[in-house]
Amino acid sequence: MESNFFASIIFLGFVFITLAITYFASKKTNTKENYYAAGEKVSGFQNGLAIAGDYMSAASFLGISGLVYLSGFDGLIYSIGFLVGWPIILFLIAEKLKNLGKFTFADVTTIRLKQSKVRILSSIATLITVLFYLIAQMVGAGSLIQILFDLPYELAIWIVGILMIIYVSFGGMIATTWVQIIKAFLLIFGATFLSYLVLKDFSFSLTNLLDEAVKIHDSGTSILFPGKLINDPVSAISLGIALIFGTAGLPHILMRFFTVPDAKSARVSAFYATSLIGYFYILTFIIGFGAIVFLSKNSIYFNEQGTLIGSNNMAAIHLSHAVGGDIFLGFISAVAFATILAVVSGLTLAGASAVGRDLYVYVFNKGNVNEKKEIRVSKLSSVLIGIIAIFLGIMFEGQNVAFMVGLAFAIAASTNFPVLFLSINWKYLTTNGAYYGGMLGLIFTVLLVILGPTIWVDIFQFHNPVFPYKYPALFSVTFSFFSIMVISKIDKNNNSKDNINKFSKMINKAYLGKK
Amino acid sequence: MDIPSKSRKYIAIKKKISLLFSLIVILIYFSFILLIGFNPSILIISINNSSLTYGIIFGLSIICLSIILTLIYTLISNLYLDKMKDNT
Repeated sequence: MESNFFASIIFLGFVFITLAITYFASKKTNTKENYYAAGEKVSGFQNGLAIAGDYMSAASFLGISGLVYLSGFDGLIYSIGFLVGWPIILFLIAEKLKNLGKFTFADVTTIRLKQSKVRILSSIATLITVLFYLIAQMVGAGSLIQILFDLPYELAIWIVGILMIIYVSFGGMIATTWVQIIKAFLLIFGATFLSYLVLKDFSFSLTNLLDEAVKIHDSGTSILFPGKLINDPVSAISLGIALIFGTAGLPHILMRFFTVPDAKSARVSAFYATSLIGYFYILTFIIGFGAIVFLSKNSIYFNEQGTLIGSNNMAAIHLSHAVGGDIFLGFISAVAFATILAVVSGLTLAGASAVGRDLYVYVFNKGNVNEKKEIRVSKLSSVLIGIIAIFLGIMFEGQNVAFMVGLAFAIAASTNFPVLFLSINWKYLTTNGAYYGGMLGLIFTVLLVILGPTIWVDIFQFHNPVFPYKYPALFSVTFSFFSIMVISKIDKNNNSKDNINKFSKMINKAYLGKK
Repeated sequence: MDIPSKSRKYIAIKKKISLLFSLIVILIYFSFILLIGFNPSILIISINNSSLTYGIIFGLSIICLSIILTLIYTLISNLYLDKMKDNT
């Protein structure tokens, strides 16, 4: 197959360049600054691209365009939710994070709270978030690569896993950043060209495209209406909360703000990230509707059951063939592969820092570890996390893993975000409040997801869910804030006074920087 | 700890601005979400009998508005407020 040949060439090119960068980066990963934060030398624009690269996963590119293809308007609800977290991160978190922290977001929460307890909480939450997110990406990667490159599922998982281990363990944040930047560039370019090819047949009018899509789609005008995926107010609000605050609590995203030199560039990177991600989501909307128009009439993209070959998530891939032929199909396939690789690398690095820094240095050794040892443990952790991800990816082959991204966002929104937000905004937060309240929030979130429709009914096969809503965030985020605040208020030990007294000094630093 | 009054003023302004910008985004986004949840019929009204609906316009505007608001916030902070900070 010709497209396969092109895809392989482009993908091998990507791997070659990124491995070359990793080789040069590996000479610099002997300091913590370089390993975790790329020496704080990433510019605002570069970091904006890298954040966009970290955030625009295959799930957003293929998943959301597939969702638009399937149910039109509802896809837009998701993409907007995924985007609006970004302005909130800029307004409330980005610069304070940069001014207060060094390498992980737990550096910020532990400024006035006790190290070990709070680090235990944030590393557990980080590892759960990272692992579920990783499994979802790995399983997606396996089946995608299977279809795109005709490779066996297991081999595909091994390729992704080993490459990400090499990037992260040898190249640290420097290599990971460049992998993200190159991938973001490729993805934005690919999606732009795909939308261009779609729109040029409609004299670049969105209205014409929509008119044609309504004519062709089986559901007619109802693809323009909301309500197929979310049909009650509680679910709608809950999903909104999970997407906004989940984004602001994702450890691999928060970590990116430590790679720039100062608060000014942290703001600039959040602005570029928002613009690129927003622009990209507008493109996925066009691509989804383009897929309705260009694929629906063409039987070569459908199997005997009348569904798209390889599921609805393949809509963007098939569309690239329909409008751009074999060469463009090859290019988009390679971009999808690179996208997966970049996202899993960012996740692995965040997980490795949680183990190497938060757990190993601050929990097990009370902060007394030399730099060389810390980096060695972090690198080893990245290898370990990579291997775990490979095995879990193989284990979950063919399973429904869609709930895992939802769970990752729910935990990030209900554990990481409340602790981080309250630690920099609420004077009366105490160590015990953050630790016990955060743990309760974490447990409560996991319980609600297990008892909800996605696991209790879809996986355990019970008839009715114990907890009726698919998205728990409205309840779990509220519960977390409540439990953290109540426990902080009733916490009367001496340490808590110290937590409160350090607040004004911290606020000063958060706003004025490291002077 | 004593905080000089200039710094205190800067922090107060900065807090107000970030809160204001956040509220605007949250208000617009949740009015969209609440419309979907409670009253989707408004979102499906079409414009000039075409397939373009208020819902799509609203949705795409939220994306554009998010970009514009982050730009304004970044410009205000980097060009104006940072000077104030450096004088503290």
